[in-house]
Amino acid sequence: MYALVDCNACYASCEQIFRPDLRGKPVIVLSNNDGCIIARSAEAKALGVPDLQPYFRIAGRLRRDGVAVFSANFRLYGDISGQVMATLRGLAPRVEQYSIDEMFLDLSGMTLDLEAFAADIRDRLWREVRMPVGVGIAPTKTLAKLANHAAKKIKRDGVAVLDRPDKWRWLLRRVPVDRVWGIGRRLKRRLDALGIHSAWQLAEADPAFIRRHTSLQVERCIRELNGEPCFALEEQPPAKKEIFVTRSFAEKTGRLDDLLGHISRYAVAAAEKLRAQDGLCQSLYVFAHSSEFEPGLYRGSRSLALPWPSSDSRLIARHARAAMRRIHRPGVRFMKCGIGLLDIRDRRFHQGDLFTPGQNAEDDRLMELLDRINRRFGRDSLVFGSEGLNGKWTMRQNLLSPNYTSRWAELPRVRCH
Amino acid sequence: MTRLRLARPDEPARALQLPLYAHRVRAGFPSPADDFIDRSLDLNEFLVRRPSATFFAWAEGDSLRDIGIGPGDLLIVDRAAERRQGSVVVAALDGELTCKILDLRRQRLLSANDAFPPIDIAGREDLLIEGVVTHSIRSHLR
Repeated sequence: MYALVDCNACYASCEQIFRPDLRGKPVIVLSNNDGCIIARSAEAKALGVPDLQPYFRIAGRLRRDGVAVFSANFRLYGDISGQVMATLRGLAPRVEQYSIDEMFLDLSGMTLDLEAFAADIRDRLWREVRMPVGVGIAPTKTLAKLANHAAKKIKRDGVAVLDRPDKWRWLLRRVPVDRVWGIGRRLKRRLDALGIHSAWQLAEADPAFIRRHTSLQVERCIRELNGEPCFALEEQPPAKKEIFVTRSFAEKTGRLDDLLGHISRYAVAAAEKLRAQDGLCQSLYVFAHSSEFEPGLYRGSRSLALPWPSSDSRLIARHARAAMRRIHRPGVRFMKCGIGLLDIRDRRFHQGDLFTPGQNAEDDRLMELLDRINRRFGRDSLVFGSEGLNGKWTMRQNLLSPNYTSRWAELPRVRCH
Repeated sequence: MTRLRLARPDEPARALQLPLYAHRVRAGFPSPADDFIDRSLDLNEFLVRRPSATFFAWAEGDSLRDIGIGPGDLLIVDRAAERRQGSVVVAALDGELTCKILDLRRQRLLSANDAFPPIDIAGREDLLIEGVVTHSIRSHLR
């Protein structure tokens, strides 16, 4: 059996943890640059606040309705997600963090009253983390995902257990095929053409026939819908083979200096991610372009190989800047740029070469120190001169909540008066 | 304020581990103390029993003066700890996090300062105990 634990409106719920005055109230969270609505509390949904809408368009209405609005505070959400994971690890031996707000538990070998166990997970996470969750339990991950959907949208008490075929068949008849885990818009169109519209029809379809018309993945999905496990728990997230950091600028710019500052910053951010997964990259892809909505669109890009596999921010940023100098064209007003780290290998399997220089131990220690300082004192405590000093303030986060869990000065305040 | 590591409660910090002895291969007479030095003291281990259910907060005000909690003290709050008679708790009271002493027998929240009367909590659905204050820390640096 697998359980899927899914945090309800995760980001909005995180904002309510240290703000009891906001519990039971409409709360929304905006994306980077305060552009779009990316999370809504149940109360905000009930008010009819639309998902993924540009914020500025409905800001006035939200103010009139008394909706609490926050800029995304991913440090806080990451910390809370970590507490949810740690709590779940205390409840089941094997846990997979599927995303920041979804965790799979492998319950095999545990003899349990499943309904009571699911209720216990909900109670514990509310009591110990103040995170409301839904819990779905079923013999496969695909069915557990659907059970979770049912727990929230159909049963509404936050718990659903599909431990018998009659139970999951009941549910499969009531959900459309694109509700099924892994069936996206493209596959839905293909399945529609084959006359398959509901999850039930997919479960009943001939696996070999479906495989011929789609892929092995969909065949596995059919088996999972019939209670036969095909997807195992992935306790270690697979390392990324490519790491991209790309952003639009707050203001368009034609100046080379600005572009060099931006690309340095993205290169440093990408290198930090690379080190977090203990990887080394061999080549870079750097691009920049002007606005797609203006005439005379210019796109420039360069791929280049590093002199040796590296995770050194300095080396990566230096090469990214060199590429950017060649991309830059006078007179072009750039809107966006980005960097991709490609050809990533796991450094544990990396073989040094006696005759070519590589990343030496001193560079490693310096990078480790850099990461530790920035983890301890907050991002951007230590930056490279090339990143520029004004650029990093360009992200609009006017409505950011305090870093309740990661900065001493911003811990919650408790009244004693 | 930066004496301690910026520790998140979910990550038992390694920062305060001060190895008393760096183990090296040495010639000559081995120190008889070597066998007894196998680990260092970690303040987090002492102060944070359940990292996944713990948060830190600053105290404001002096309503708990008589039990030694004052403004600027650091509170360590465990949401999973059992609430007992006389527990020092953080409650969500009228939308604010408030520190009080829990009087389960008479269903009241008490202060530790004569200027603050008890608060009746019998039948108050809106009141939620957030957690138990397991430790408070005061800095004596001047």
